Amino acid sequence: MQHLLKTPTGIKGLDEITDGGLPKGRPTLICGGTGCGKTLLAMEFLVRGATQFNEAGVFMSFEEKPEELSSNFASLRFDLNDLIDQKLLSIDHVKLEPSEIEITGDYDLEGLLIRLDYAIDSIGAKRVVIDTLEVLFFGLNDEDLLRSELRRLFSFLKSKGVTAIITAEQGKKTFTRFGLEEYVADCVIFLSHSVSHQIATRRIRIVKYRGSAHGTSEYPFLIDEQGFSVIPISELTLDHPASNERISTGILRLDTMLGNKGYFRGSSVLVTGTSGTGKSSLAAHFVNASCARGERCIYFAFEESQNQIIRNMHSIGINLNQWVEQGLLKFQNTRSTLYGLEMHLVVMHKLIDEFKPSSVILDPISNLVETASKPEVKYMLSRLIDHLKTQEITALCIDLTSSKEEKEGTDINISSLMDTWLLLQIMQGSGERNRGLYILKSRGMAHSNQVREFILMDDGIQLRDVCIGSGGVLTGSDRDNQQAKDKAEYLESKQEIERKQREIERKKAMIEVQIASLQNQFEAEKEDLLRLINKEKLRNELLLQDQLDMSKLRQADPTPKSSNSSEGSYQ
Amino acid sequence: MSHPTHDTRQYLLRLYVAGQTPKSISAFANLKNICEEHLQGRYQIEVIDLLINPTLAKDEQIFALPTLIRKLPEPVIKIIGDLSNTERVLVGLDIKVLAPEHGLKNAQP
Repeated sequence: MQHLLKTPTGIKGLDEITDGGLPKGRPTLICGGTGCGKTLLAMEFLVRGATQFNEAGVFMSFEEKPEELSSNFASLRFDLNDLIDQKLLSIDHVKLEPSEIEITGDYDLEGLLIRLDYAIDSIGAKRVVIDTLEVLFFGLNDEDLLRSELRRLFSFLKSKGVTAIITAEQGKKTFTRFGLEEYVADCVIFLSHSVSHQIATRRIRIVKYRGSAHGTSEYPFLIDEQGFSVIPISELTLDHPASNERISTGILRLDTMLGNKGYFRGSSVLVTGTSGTGKSSLAAHFVNASCARGERCIYFAFEESQNQIIRNMHSIGINLNQWVEQGLLKFQNTRSTLYGLEMHLVVMHKLIDEFKPSSVILDPISNLVETASKPEVKYMLSRLIDHLKTQEITALCIDLTSSKEEKEGTDINISSLMDTWLLLQIMQGSGERNRGLYILKSRGMAHSNQVREFILMDDGIQLRDVCIGSGGVLTGSDRDNQQAKDKAEYLESKQEIERKQREIERKKAMIEVQIASLQNQFEAEKEDLLRLINKEKLRNELLLQDQLDMSKLRQADPTPKSSNSSEGSYQ
Repeated sequence: MSHPTHDTRQYLLRLYVAGQTPKSISAFANLKNICEEHLQGRYQIEVIDLLINPTLAKDEQIFALPTLIRKLPEPVIKIIGDLSNTERVLVGLDIKVLAPEHGLKNAQP
């Protein structure tokens, strides 16, 4: 089967959703209500054809004059006159004044075909725009004739082999007021302009594209000074790269808490907390660290102005202005209610693609809820985060939670999309409000389970260990109190130990003195006793000697018995 | 009613066609008849074939064919079709009809 040939439009995003462009050599119908951008899309098709693909184009206008078109598109930086001079563009204005038309019999629209034919041949056009055919219906008021003539017009366009865009007004129940979609069977594109929550969003949809794959969703589009851009945002493919590189959070102790290294590059970080918990300050630290590494960063702020943020961060010692001046930091401050959610997404995409940051801050995402319903916001954020992940851009999203709600939850239920989730919480007690920081989750890394007290100082955020007291975690002056109390108790017990040790020494000394005196006493008694013993011994000797002397005198036989007995008594 | 018999203006009429189609042939024939009847001696018809001069289609703002343009007398007037509806042609070209007096009287009962 022959592959359908396509003509690229060159319009940002449109070629992606049409899988390559409009059907080559065939007419495409673009329909939509007033002011939805039909003429712009059609003209940009020609201008991009001329400037990017060197294909000349013919613009047949039933509404605006060439001068009007030139000046309208000059504001979009399209120089139509220059293209006309280069023979890349030909504008033919068909003037149709119903009041001046007098019909006197049979006629056909051969004149139009001759004009188109001549215009196409004179510049060798490959692209044709007819904007808008309805004018013929109003001017000629003969539907039967017009229908047969339109059929002829479309077959003429096909025979010329030009890729054509026909614009048409939206009908009440049909895509076009006069059912032109019947004639253009190949490709029908519908532009809409819807308003919800008082916010207008432009959307584009490929209603029909015979023989080609195409996106079927409604895609938001943007018209700005660079023309038309469609963002094909359904990148829900989940095959984005996963970097192992770690980048600093800008706060040393937080890096330590996150496995000693910080966030993963290209991950999404959610910071939640009630108001005044220091979420933006945490983001500012991250911005500061990113820019200091020479990386680009975009700060999307939905609440505060650039100057306000810079001033506020100055008070905690962070100079963001220097990064703005060096072109590393870009602020995008828009009220979330300025335009619709899709539009925010488109603007973000565009800015991200232009500035090519390595990290972005969304402060706060909860504000986007004002513009749409929660599921829509979640859907949009998931698309944005997917887009950021495919580009390895680290995203830090700030979510303001209302204090009434569950702490470990987000207003928009987007926590499941996030890789790292930091919770900032007010810890109240002793008439004080102190900030605490927890890591609720951090995919793919070891992380601390500790609460840290989060203190905003002149020189930035400091994280401190908290005290675990009898009443739980203690912060602020409670913690200081607890620390003082602990110190006092420590001192006291130290003194007590010293005192006891001194007592031991004293007791020991006393006992030693007692031992010494007892020893002395013993020595003295021992001496006395020995002296008595000697005395007795001496006396016994003397007594024995006396007995011997006596028996000598008495001439008695020595008897051992008496000697023994005397010995026994002696003992 | 003014005096219709006093119209002495010269008519320059251009008939734009695309080749010798039945419509262009009948348009020319119808025009010729009308002119002979109402503008005898003071008209000139030019037939322009846009297949030969296509640029004129844009210059003269022509989209339907056949188209008749009254170049003179001024202002320029443009009418569309094969000119088969004579009354419409006369009105469109602002040609004063040489009507008999009684005809006008009948018109005012």
